[in-house]
Amino acid sequence: MALEVTQILLNAQSIDAATRNHAEESLKQIQEQNLPAFLLSLSAELANNNKPIESRKLAGLILKNALDAKELHRKNDLAQRWLSLDLATKTQIKTSLLQTFSSPVSDARSTAAQVIAKVAGIELPHNQWPELIGSLLSNIHQVETHVKQATLETLGYVCEEVDPQVVDQEQVNRILTAVVQGMNATETSSDVRLAATRALYNALGFAQANFTNDMERDYIMRVVCEATQSSDVKIRQAAFECLVAISSTYYEKLAPYMQDIFNITSKAVREDEEPVALQAIEFWSSICDEEIDILDDYRSEYTGDSDVPCFYFIKQALPALVPMLLETLLKQEEDQDQDEGAWNIAMAGGTCLGLVARTVGDEIVPLVMPFIEENISKPDWRGREAATYAFGSILDGPSPGKLAPIVNVALNFMLAALSRDPNNHVKDTTAWTLGRIFEFLHGAAVETSVITQENCQQILTVLLQSMKDVPNVAEKACGALYFLAQGYEDEGSVSPLTPFFQDIFQMLLFVTHREDATESNLRTSAYEALNEVVRCSNDETAPIVMQLIPVIMLELHQTVEAQKLTSDERDKQNDLQGLLCGCLQVIIQKMGSIEGSKYAFMQYADQIMDLLLKVFASRNATVHEEAMLAIGALAYTAGPNFAKYMPQFYQYLEMGLQNFEEYQICAITVGVVGDLCRALEDKILPYCDGIMTQLLKNLSSNQLHRSVKPPIFSCFGDIALAIGENFEKYLLYAMPMLQSAAELSAHAVSQDDEMLEYTNQLRNGILEAYSGILQGFKSSPKTQALVPYAAHVLQFIDTMYGGREMDDAVMKSALGVLGDLADTLGSHVGPLISQSSSSKDLIEECMVYDDPLIRESAEWAKLAINRAVSG
Amino acid sequence: MAPPPDHRRPIKRAAISDQQRRREVALRLQADRRSDAQNRARQLASSVLSLGPEPATEPEVEPEQEMSEASGQLAGRSDFDPVRAARLRGPEVRKWFARQLMLPEWMVDVPPSLDRDWYVFPRPSGKRCFVVSSNGTTISRLRNGSILHRFPSNLPNGARAKDVSGPASSYSILDCIFHEPDETYYVIDMVCWRGYSLYDCTAEFRFFWLNSKLSETGASDPPSQYHRYRFNVVQIYECNLAGLQASYSGQVPYVKDGLLFFNKHAHYQAGNTPLALVWKDNVCSQYVLDTDSKGQIPSQQQVVLELQNDGNLTTSDDPPVALGSLSRDLIAQSGLRVGNLVRVAIKDERMRLVDGKLDLGELQLVGKTNHSRAFADTYSKVLFQHAARHAPLRIEDLVASIQSNSSMDNSQALDVEMEG
Repeated sequence: MALEVTQILLNAQSIDAATRNHAEESLKQIQEQNLPAFLLSLSAELANNNKPIESRKLAGLILKNALDAKELHRKNDLAQRWLSLDLATKTQIKTSLLQTFSSPVSDARSTAAQVIAKVAGIELPHNQWPELIGSLLSNIHQVETHVKQATLETLGYVCEEVDPQVVDQEQVNRILTAVVQGMNATETSSDVRLAATRALYNALGFAQANFTNDMERDYIMRVVCEATQSSDVKIRQAAFECLVAISSTYYEKLAPYMQDIFNITSKAVREDEEPVALQAIEFWSSICDEEIDILDDYRSEYTGDSDVPCFYFIKQALPALVPMLLETLLKQEEDQDQDEGAWNIAMAGGTCLGLVARTVGDEIVPLVMPFIEENISKPDWRGREAATYAFGSILDGPSPGKLAPIVNVALNFMLAALSRDPNNHVKDTTAWTLGRIFEFLHGAAVETSVITQENCQQILTVLLQSMKDVPNVAEKACGALYFLAQGYEDEGSVSPLTPFFQDIFQMLLFVTHREDATESNLRTSAYEALNEVVRCSNDETAPIVMQLIPVIMLELHQTVEAQKLTSDERDKQNDLQGLLCGCLQVIIQKMGSIEGSKYAFMQYADQIMDLLLKVFASRNATVHEEAMLAIGALAYTAGPNFAKYMPQFYQYLEMGLQNFEEYQICAITVGVVGDLCRALEDKILPYCDGIMTQLLKNLSSNQLHRSVKPPIFSCFGDIALAIGENFEKYLLYAMPMLQSAAELSAHAVSQDDEMLEYTNQLRNGILEAYSGILQGFKSSPKTQALVPYAAHVLQFIDTMYGGREMDDAVMKSALGVLGDLADTLGSHVGPLISQSSSSKDLIEECMVYDDPLIRESAEWAKLAINRAVSG
Repeated sequence: MAPPPDHRRPIKRAAISDQQRRREVALRLQADRRSDAQNRARQLASSVLSLGPEPATEPEVEPEQEMSEASGQLAGRSDFDPVRAARLRGPEVRKWFARQLMLPEWMVDVPPSLDRDWYVFPRPSGKRCFVVSSNGTTISRLRNGSILHRFPSNLPNGARAKDVSGPASSYSILDCIFHEPDETYYVIDMVCWRGYSLYDCTAEFRFFWLNSKLSETGASDPPSQYHRYRFNVVQIYECNLAGLQASYSGQVPYVKDGLLFFNKHAHYQAGNTPLALVWKDNVCSQYVLDTDSKGQIPSQQQVVLELQNDGNLTTSDDPPVALGSLSRDLIAQSGLRVGNLVRVAIKDERMRLVDGKLDLGELQLVGKTNHSRAFADTYSKVLFQHAARHAPLRIEDLVASIQSNSSMDNSQALDVEMEG
């Protein structure tokens, strides 16, 4: 029952908008009227070699989009929809897709391969289409080259799409055999070899068992290494990509191959084309990533070791690796500093050098110093830039003790270069290097800072002067100032920046007004530096920060008033509004935290609030988020006085809570509700019906991004703590939600660290909700209303304790809830708590914990329970 | 020029944007403030600052001096809540603390199961006081609420120093006796620790907590610039024969003033309680018999009582016990006002029990008491002083009581064995 869709599909790609819209509308209608027929027609179109390639490709694309989407909830819906189609339809579609493999048109084959992977992604986890892999591989040796290529491509996509657990080892073996054979040098078609190499990249995750088998691993590694020597650059690049993937997935299996890999990569870095050389450098960056993680684990006080031992590959390769990387630094491109997204051999080499420095620490310094000394004064700018870049790259990793003497000598040289070097690249990298010096060798955490009262003034003078330089240099100077200021955040009133506050603000504001401020991210950098200087202000400099407020408000006012903007101007306007709101947020936080300036600051509160409310008229997500954060800070500073803004602000609060799509706005708004609860306390009561309704709605929606759920639960606690027993009317709705979430999260089996972290965030949110509710009801005559829930709460904690996967935050919250139960419900729950298997053990265990906060929570729980049991 | 791979950050590009940092700072502040709010809630409600059992109905003692202004604001106000109590200032605080100490009754007869349910320890001689540490300072207040010392100490938040755990405003309250000769605070009870109340905890638990927590702070260290006075824990014994013996005749680093007995199961309770008892004789105390205002032991027993508006003279018990009365003429003549504390002398032969109540008969007015005195004598004190003059409760009686208990235990144990 195939419909004729060719013309509609062609019209949908017409340059005429009316034709296009009409066609899109028709497609939508057909889909709504008869989905099976629609999908069948699309698959038939794709398979039909007599149809134009344009309509076939679009048919495949629409088919693909009917099976998968980015948003998780939509993805699940589409999968369900496919599974519920009748078997005959699905079989026919799949048959058409497999037929497309024999098409002479490569675009059609490739599209079909992607659609098959999507179907496999849905069906294989449900044990459907078990014959797929078998049928793909059944005649792999007899088929024509282009079918073989399409088959390998499909296998790659399938591996990308499905979870390794879904495919049994026997099938994995067949896939890998076919793929590795396809990669072999004996394969004459480079299309097949390329498809096989790319397929291996996706199949590597399935090869756990094969990589533990020495013979199979040797074979795979040999084939991959051989492919790096192919005459086809695409195959070489794909083979190096495989090596990079292997370096992170099978780090612990690499030792026997490292010498060969070093030879291959260093030849590629020196001689091969850029895309290949970049992958060869990436291999070493990736090894650094692994070893940095492992060494971090070694140093961590909790576990004290790592699952994987460190093989110190970088340390061993160091004497050859560092010279190879230093050579790359001299291969700069003329315009690389102006191009935001630039990535080339020199940049990759410097990035890798930085990772090597973090991996080996002090040992890298003597290997790099001769290069710096040789090149830093070369007449060719490439030498000077490369030397500076090398220096900047190794500042994170080696000990300050090792670096400080060198930096002390280099500092004046750097300042002179930033002021006087004729080359912009050199100045760019010099300013960046200064920023790295301030970031890693200056500040309260560094024992002997390289910055002194004396050289600070000279540094500031040079940095401020450089802010008038070309945009990319000025941008780096702002970044350097950011880190210089950051070092003084905990300094108190003796900060050497104090005398220069006025000058700094003046220069930064000047930069934000430069006509070319939108180039090289300059304006953003200037505001970021401004924020950081505000953050390190103190009693003495607060009045100067205060003068900044009307200036920033005026700027924000101008953006709010601006009319009739082009879409490009609108984008720039949004960026600026976001920056100004961010700046206000930082000022509010800082002025609110300095006792002496809080009162003076509050005089601006009305005007600031007025402006921020106008900013909400913007449709831009970032701007909303920044304005919301600024309002949260204002609420905290204003305290109960914020109540007067609530009538106007409430609608925007509600809007934020309803914003599922831009879930970060939703999350930030939920956090601001917490700020408001603490500021307004019971004055938030009139708004609670609306807020609670929205929060409960959010929780019941499957469209809400999961990361917003934990903060919503915590927010229940904030609300309950603020309005006390008035929370009673929400118990009926909130408690069952908490209970079912608790049930799920208590039993959650976490397959990976990310899932475990999320589960613990969820648990923490639930526990914070319980704490807030319990404490909110304390000493209220309505306490009885909570007694029925006590058993479940205890059971929740028991189950988590039994599961042994609580992180410290959850442990602390759980102890708090145990105490709160006893504290609020007293003798009503005394016996229940005494029976709870975990409460006693958990508390005793935590009483001797290292973390004082956990110990204190345990003490609280013990005290409160003791009172409840004895009372 | 191809962009870098997704996960590879070029070294010259910033690790995180300031926007991300603002977001993270906001989240961190929210989490900190939530935990502060929770801590505040946890520390407030069931804290020591709740007004005790019946705040509203308790009759107000009208003090003679400047305390009067505060009185109206405190008692007799049913909506008085702990949140506001925490904000008390000046004379209100003094007034407040005057009512918070747990006051032992005098032991006029031996409670049953002394050896099983009680602790005993030798009471240091000195000034009974509440020691409160918070916000970087330590203040000790006498029974009448007036300040004894204000000083830095190693107690939690007791000195201006960085204390990593908990907010600086969280307070600790210790029940102490300040012993002049060695300038040491002997801690006899712990009422509040780091903001958490031990008010509703049993003595058994409070002493356990006291012993384990005080040692963590360095409060028992020798005095130094930031720790003006040393705090020592008094050795507490189970009230068996050995414990009683050790308390009665053992060596202690301080001057003894009788023995204190604490019921293990009792909560800390403001005011007089029969679950804490004091006993003394000439061996373990220099001050068995009360002295008069000149420090002499008068020939007749003297008692301090409070004048009520019906002319009755009452003890400081709750409810007060009337032990006699003054005639209107006498009251008018001597310029006494309701609420005054008066010292009266008892004619021994007139003291008798009427319907199970003590009647002192005709009382001889000696005079008003001095200003610092805040409370009248308790009923049990009057009885103990009377007994001490005529038929004292002796250490032998205490020993005998414990022995009879333990022999009873033995016989019970024997019974069980025989049944088995």
